[in-house]
Amino acid sequence: MTKLNDKKNSIIALALVAGMFVLLLVLEAVVPHTSIVFTVLKKGAIYSLVAVSMNLLNGFTGLFSLGQAGFMLIGAYTYAIFTIPVADRLSVYQYYDGGLIQFALPSIIALLLAGIMAAIFAFLIGLPVLRLKSDYLAIATLGFAEIIRAIFQWDKLGVITNGSNVLRKYTCYNSTLFYFAVAGICIAIIVLLINSSYGRAFKAIRDNEIAAEAMGISLFKHKQMAFVISSFFAGIGGALLAMFQYTIQASQFKTALTYELLLIVVIGGIGSITGSCLGSFLFIACSEWWLRFLDVEGAIPLLRPGFRKVVFSIIIMVIVLFYSQGIMGTREFSVSGMINFFKTGGPIGWIKRKRAAKSKKAEVTVNE
Amino acid sequence: MDFIQANLPYILAGISVGGQYALIAIGYTMVYGILRLINFAHGDVFMAAGLIMVYASTVLPLYLAIPLVIIVTVLIGFTIERVAYKPLRNAPRMSIMISAIGVSYLIQNLALYITGGLSKQYPSIPWISDSVTIFGATTKMVTVITPVLTMVLIVALVLLIKHTKIGMAMRAVSRDFETSQLMGVKINSVISATFIIGSFLAAVGSLLYFSNYTGVTPTAGSMPGLKAFVAAVFGGIGSIPGAVIGAFIIGICENIIKGLGWTTFSDAFTFALLIIILMTKPTGLFGEKATDKV
Repeated sequence: MTKLNDKKNSIIALALVAGMFVLLLVLEAVVPHTSIVFTVLKKGAIYSLVAVSMNLLNGFTGLFSLGQAGFMLIGAYTYAIFTIPVADRLSVYQYYDGGLIQFALPSIIALLLAGIMAAIFAFLIGLPVLRLKSDYLAIATLGFAEIIRAIFQWDKLGVITNGSNVLRKYTCYNSTLFYFAVAGICIAIIVLLINSSYGRAFKAIRDNEIAAEAMGISLFKHKQMAFVISSFFAGIGGALLAMFQYTIQASQFKTALTYELLLIVVIGGIGSITGSCLGSFLFIACSEWWLRFLDVEGAIPLLRPGFRKVVFSIIIMVIVLFYSQGIMGTREFSVSGMINFFKTGGPIGWIKRKRAAKSKKAEVTVNE
Repeated sequence: MDFIQANLPYILAGISVGGQYALIAIGYTMVYGILRLINFAHGDVFMAAGLIMVYASTVLPLYLAIPLVIIVTVLIGFTIERVAYKPLRNAPRMSIMISAIGVSYLIQNLALYITGGLSKQYPSIPWISDSVTIFGATTKMVTVITPVLTMVLIVALVLLIKHTKIGMAMRAVSRDFETSQLMGVKINSVISATFIIGSFLAAVGSLLYFSNYTGVTPTAGSMPGLKAFVAAVFGGIGSIPGAVIGAFIIGICENIIKGLGWTTFSDAFTFALLIIILMTKPTGLFGEKATDKV
């Protein structure tokens, strides 16, 4: 019976995904290409992927890492460097005589390479860093991200990285579908990983390192694995970001980017994949679109450019302080969960249950 | 000797910057010693002090503006602790660190809104912005004042911690949070005092630091903040003399690297140092060895 239900649920889930893609197709056909909707959707998809990869580390393995911007930078640069057409190299690397690399790879291979490069760097960085704990790990990964940025900006490596100048003219995709497809596939792989025995090992490490080790889980091996995989997808996310922006520069990948991603993960709920995706789209939609009106100078005295971000960061602080669970907590959005939700009375039933739980809690405290 | 002669301006600048980092690093190391929290917002408080000085000096004479800057910065530090960290006292360490990052994000965005994203011209404070010549190297007076002032403040701080009641309470709390609470130490006022001292030193540090630069930008605080934190780790987190020595070493090395023409790597060097020290001696130069119990 449960097996049948599982099958039914996965069919519904697939149908939902297919429906989403059809919706996107229709949207692309109807709405003009310059619309803000597409910016939000593309950027949202990219941030979802990176936020999920960060959640794999911070939420599922319990490694508080702040190096995501560095790995995105590696991915973005790898992709850009290898896909600039040979004919355009002279104009892009104008200060370095066309640069060292005189070939271009197909974009799909370059995209994979972006992830692989990030993963290799992560492997090397992980060797020393993953022996550290909590806040020391955070500050060490943050430090490595800064070192990576300095190396990519170094003018002695300019023949490859173009120094601190922008990289441009590499292959870009304009279709929203493309970003959704790549991000979707990557997130699906992460979900499969989390539901596998490796994923359970990660969660065991998060919950109690010593207990996990006693159960025969090799701490270092699994931490290294989570770190490398997370960085792989951060690299791919970085490559997607490069495509989305058309130009890329190392100075953009500062710690502020990592902080934003961390806040997205927190808003969505640490330890929830769907939460991270939801958080990303909300974050991007608010910062790029819905709160734009706050930046318009006009009759209302406080409104002027920058006010949007102030309001936004206050909202984030409120979430961090009062709703530390985020939107989803550690729960996931699922088809069966949704069906259950509506079977038990939908939103009204949910509120009723919440109230009941609250009054029960109150009773218990009174009895005590 | 030739090396010193050739690099004297950089070494002098290094000592000066080192002193300024030391003043920030104390804020980090004291807060970490008590709350086990990397106060990511501390660098931004430092930047805020710089901005307040910019705005205060346009309407007030300097002898009023400087005390005002110090008072407002202390208030900011105090408020941050009360609003953003106190409610999370029993929460996991990760959430309080995220809260610190959130505060940092908020302060930076607030500064961005107020300044409009432009670099604000820092007022030149008479006397300390004057030029002096030492051993043939021309520099600003602030370069000479910083190490002296830093030392005076640190001696005062050490005396405070060693010989006053609140200092004793601080040492007790950093040794064992729960036990000192049971012994009747008012945890909240001790933590507030720590933040007040930290912010006060950051305000003094910002007066000295920004006198060396032309302007203040909303992100001006994050890098000095991170470096000061590295200095605190380098010296052994929780130890005040350690933080000061670490800060001077980082300041001097960074400026010598700049002098050698490797400016791109002056920031990276700090983090490389951090990673090396964490690998080889995680407790830092003067840190106490901590043992984890199962």
